[in-house]
Amino acid sequence: MSLRSPLGRVLGLGAAKQGVHHWWAQRLTSVALLPLSVWFVVSLLALPALDHATVVAWLRQGSTALLLILFLLVAAWHSQLGVRVVVEDYVHGNGVRTLTLVLLTFVHVLAAAAGVFAVLRVAFGVTA
Amino acid sequence: MSRYTLATSIFNRFTGLGLSLGLLLLVYWLTAVASGAQAQARATHLLSLPVAKLVYAALIIGYCYHFVAGIRHLVWDTGRGLERAQSQRSAWLVVLVSIVLMLVLGWCAFAGAQAP
Repeated sequence: MSLRSPLGRVLGLGAAKQGVHHWWAQRLTSVALLPLSVWFVVSLLALPALDHATVVAWLRQGSTALLLILFLLVAAWHSQLGVRVVVEDYVHGNGVRTLTLVLLTFVHVLAAAAGVFAVLRVAFGVTA
Repeated sequence: MSRYTLATSIFNRFTGLGLSLGLLLLVYWLTAVASGAQAQARATHLLSLPVAKLVYAALIIGYCYHFVAGIRHLVWDTGRGLERAQSQRSAWLVVLVSIVLMLVLGWCAFAGAQAP
């Protein structure tokens, strides 16, 4: 005889869960990435060179740092949402799937944090 | 009959996954830039290997396709363009427009200025 109530056993087993939030966030980040990614590609291609001095000068412009941080955060969020759907669709077995999702979430948070940290280091002149 | 919906959808996922890897590459590069001129020079050496050009070409293809196909999805979300004939037409439009974008971006990255 289990101590779990019949209600406790079925709660959270439905298909909906966080579906609406996921759907909305995916669209929100898509729309934001349209201008942000165009800005990133155009300004990167517009740089005369990619040596240290040029890139540092570019990152020290206030608008670059701000937009690049936004781009990194939104892109990482969008990527996390998209990769999650692919894993949910193609990785079978609850244990493996959950582990994969946990690891990929960690990778995304780490990438976002490392990217933002790097931009801030340059923008605030901590780097050589 | 509906093989084009399968192809456009799979390719959107596939390019999305590739761009996720591109994001990691960007973070690696930014971290190298923040670590100083020497660290950036080491990263630049790695990012200038011949195989890196293939990676940039793949990222350009992936970005252009994912960008245009993503707009198609956003239009669908408004409830428009979901008839079979319309979605067939928009599938071709996505392929056409993204190829034009790929050529323009590819030219800017490889022929115009220098590649990263």
